[in-house]
Amino acid sequence: MNDTTLRFLPGKNNAFTAKVEKISGQKLLACYQCGKCSAGCPMAAYMDILPNQIVRMAQLGMEKQLLASRSIWTCVSCLTCNSRCPKDIKIAEVIESLRETALRNGLRNDRLNIWEISPEVRADLPPIATISAMRKLTS
Amino acid sequence: MKLIYYPGCTLKNAARNFDVSTVSSMAELDVEVEELDRWNCCGTVHALGAENVMNRVAPVTNLIRVKETAAKTEGMASEFMTSCAMCYNTLKRANIDVKKNPDKLSTINAFLNLETTKYEGDVEVRHLLEYLRDRVGFDKVAEKVKKPLTGLRVACYYGCLLVRPKEVAFDDVENPMIMENLITALGATPVNFPLKTECCGAYHAVGSPEIVADRTDKIMGSASEAGVDLVVVSCPMCAYNLDFRQDDAKRLNPDFQHLPVLYFTQLMALALECGDDALRFDLHHIDPKPALAARELA
Repeated sequence: MNDTTLRFLPGKNNAFTAKVEKISGQKLLACYQCGKCSAGCPMAAYMDILPNQIVRMAQLGMEKQLLASRSIWTCVSCLTCNSRCPKDIKIAEVIESLRETALRNGLRNDRLNIWEISPEVRADLPPIATISAMRKLTS
Repeated sequence: MKLIYYPGCTLKNAARNFDVSTVSSMAELDVEVEELDRWNCCGTVHALGAENVMNRVAPVTNLIRVKETAAKTEGMASEFMTSCAMCYNTLKRANIDVKKNPDKLSTINAFLNLETTKYEGDVEVRHLLEYLRDRVGFDKVAEKVKKPLTGLRVACYYGCLLVRPKEVAFDDVENPMIMENLITALGATPVNFPLKTECCGAYHAVGSPEIVADRTDKIMGSASEAGVDLVVVSCPMCAYNLDFRQDDAKRLNPDFQHLPVLYFTQLMALALECGDDALRFDLHHIDPKPALAARELA
């Protein structure tokens, strides 16, 4: 029977899962995939992978797929998922840890280049928007 | 009553209407607000990393300034008020974080070794709405009203930052009513609408404005369906997104109805008759005057 049982030992056999858990401060295995996070997510319509799928993929250590996803940049940390999770997992923290992992790999692969935005649009934007975008999307 | 006031960057810039309406309506309510000396950026968005210390430096520096100001001013409590939802959220969360984690706080104090004052978790962060409810009292606000906003139908939009996470919320996370209660005190009619705590798209205004346009269509459309004259907010980012993205929302959805977006403080300034300079309607994309004139309020 052993060969048909799938066992997760995050942190012991997967460095990526351990890293996500450390940066986010969350226990990924607590998630039982109820999907409440994705159901209430106001950004879900613009995502390629849903928040509950992000948690599942992080449990499985799917680093490449997660860091290449659009969703980790679509999430704006509105925290609706966090406040509704029946297992008290902070999904927004998990997604932030993925952004941080992508931004801090030494490549300075920023998601936003503020100079590519036209001077007119830049002048129109309130500082609160510009600064928070740079905080979330640049290394 | 004397109170330290933290405006934040956007209230001195794109949201000057929020700043002047806050200060002038507080004066009418007999609260003497004093702008915090040498304030700096609130930190803008709370960094969610469990071990993040660096992003707490900016908020803690502000808390040190509050502590210093309170210590040298007679009759001033070691607390401060901000009306910006983002500043409130970021400063409050940083304060909770360093109070809970003494090790983090000592690292930050060590980093800020040029400061003569050490932060010891001894400052309280208040949002203006919370201050009005708990210290001034909505009944007192109602007494001070000179021009009741009779007949004005208002949708109160909270967005994310006033209600999430629950540690910073000063009202119910899913169905807050504090803004509605203030609006009622001003004589207006609050109108319930289902999307009052749904995110506006926040900083996607910068890189993905099409997302914000879609959010604006949904949120403002929900308010329109409820039959309101205008929407009030407490966040300069929500105000910008929901107001300035309405033309794009109209392009997405031809049935979209334009609606003015105001800060709740502007309605206070209007009801307390603080004058046109306290309203600064010139800074809005959708002019609030026709909607107010229709209720004989402008």
